[in-house]
Amino acid sequence: MVKIEFLGPIEIDDIELDIDNLKDLSIYMKQDENLKEWIDISAVAVNDKIITTPDYKLNSGDRVSILPPVCGG
Amino acid sequence: MELYRGGLRVNDITNRWYQDISKSNYGAFITFIGTIRDEDNIDALSFDIYEPILKSWFESWQIIANQKGAKIFMAHSIGDVKVGESSYISAVASPKRRVALELIDEFVEDFKANAPIWKYDVIASKRVYAKDRSTPMNGAGVLSGEEND
Repeated sequence: MVKIEFLGPIEIDDIELDIDNLKDLSIYMKQDENLKEWIDISAVAVNDKIITTPDYKLNSGDRVSILPPVCGG
Repeated sequence: MELYRGGLRVNDITNRWYQDISKSNYGAFITFIGTIRDEDNIDALSFDIYEPILKSWFESWQIIANQKGAKIFMAHSIGDVKVGESSYISAVASPKRRVALELIDEFVEDFKANAPIWKYDVIASKRVYAKDRSTPMNGAGVLSGEEND
């Protein structure tokens, strides 16, 4: 299982999914009314490292973070 | 990198940084202090931070600074910061002025675009995500299938 955590303003509890890559996660998020708006604008980290390839392979035990648009300062 | 709950004690933080660099042979020290402005009827701004990625982002900038003989400092608030208080301080010390002047510009701009910090307006004790002032980070869109960095 892969743990998914939604950061900042995405008010959704962490979930665990049986998925192999970020495309699977995208398909899951598209089916959820509260998550689909974040798909195009969020960055993704796996185990706290930013990932830029959609077919990045996920392994059981990985922790995926969804990072919506930022504004520090 | 320093994180504090609530508004920053600007004098304490910048004086300590100055004490730190004054013992080394830096010729230039530039500070940037961000303050919460009174606008749009807000009482405060509020911040969420994802610390593990903020830390690695900051460390990568420290490496860039060190390669130029410079040193970067940063402090940021977590939670609510009232109008008139400071939520963000950064600084660059370098042997000569040009490196510090250029680095503070590049660092603060990348901070705005890529530091994993989320801002909320606080109006009548409610937190409202400042979505229209926020920027997708580098790598955003990877879930839409775009190869992007």
